[in-house]
Amino acid sequence: MSLTNKMDPAGRLSCREIFALLSQYLDRELSPELCDCLQKHIEDCPPCVEFLESLKKTVRLCQDLEPTHQPTPLPAALRQQLLAAYQKSQK
Amino acid sequence: MFAESEEVALARRLLSGDRTAFDRFVELFQRKLFHYVYMMCGHREDAEEVAQETLLKMFEHFDQLREPERVKPWAFTIARNVCHMKRRKSIFAPEEEISLDDLMPQFRESGDRRKLEIADWSRLPDDEAIRREVRVTLEQVIRELPDIYKSVLLLRDVEELTTEETAEVLGVSADVVKTRLHRARLLVRNKIDKHLLHSVGAR
Repeated sequence: MSLTNKMDPAGRLSCREIFALLSQYLDRELSPELCDCLQKHIEDCPPCVEFLESLKKTVRLCQDLEPTHQPTPLPAALRQQLLAAYQKSQK
Repeated sequence: MFAESEEVALARRLLSGDRTAFDRFVELFQRKLFHYVYMMCGHREDAEEVAQETLLKMFEHFDQLREPERVKPWAFTIARNVCHMKRRKSIFAPEEEISLDDLMPQFRESGDRRKLEIADWSRLPDDEAIRREVRVTLEQVIRELPDIYKSVLLLRDVEELTTEETAEVLGVSADVVKTRLHRARLLVRNKIDKHLLHSVGAR
């Protein structure tokens, strides 16, 4: 099984076209028709499934990213200034 | 229905005059704004300064936040304006797009079949040791992304803003956000892939 660059004679999407749509597929931002086309293609294309899985895991890792650097605590005077600004905006 | 995020719940309480939400709100947004700016510009002092000034502007105009659901895009939009006013190298500025073809996976011949030349991702994210190792490199990988991709990835995948909210913060169309997000994820994926190939070994 290899990646295809052109749409096949039956009008199905090529791997190259699928490749361009994978993030929108993961984010459920594709139209139902396009989503259907993509699903039909990947049912039959192990390399695309494998690539999609690795992309899905990339997104999950980014969502779980934990910052290694933290800001220094706010100076007390600034905290007071923030609180005063909040209280003023509420009047 | 999605559960309300902590940021939204805190903003709602502050808008209704509940002062007890203040400390946690400040702590949460200082961290978020600092992390975003630090990842974008790589300078700790700049990130501290932009986060603090953004917080001040947020509270000075807190009555303008009419919908608590929009607190995150609102905060990041203010941060963008703070950056512009400082006339620093904009962390939202446009750059040239990378071609999708440059991000396509490669193949290798395997008998009579061609296989994808990618690492073994099967142990991610369940294998704690590999996940920990990848996490360490992930922050570096994201920091090294071109700015136009990094800003979209940080807002969409790390901060989990919607496509529309991200478009609004960055002043671009939703289609541009989708295009850039895909390239950003592919760039990150490819770098993690390389890392896995080197550390875990090719299949």
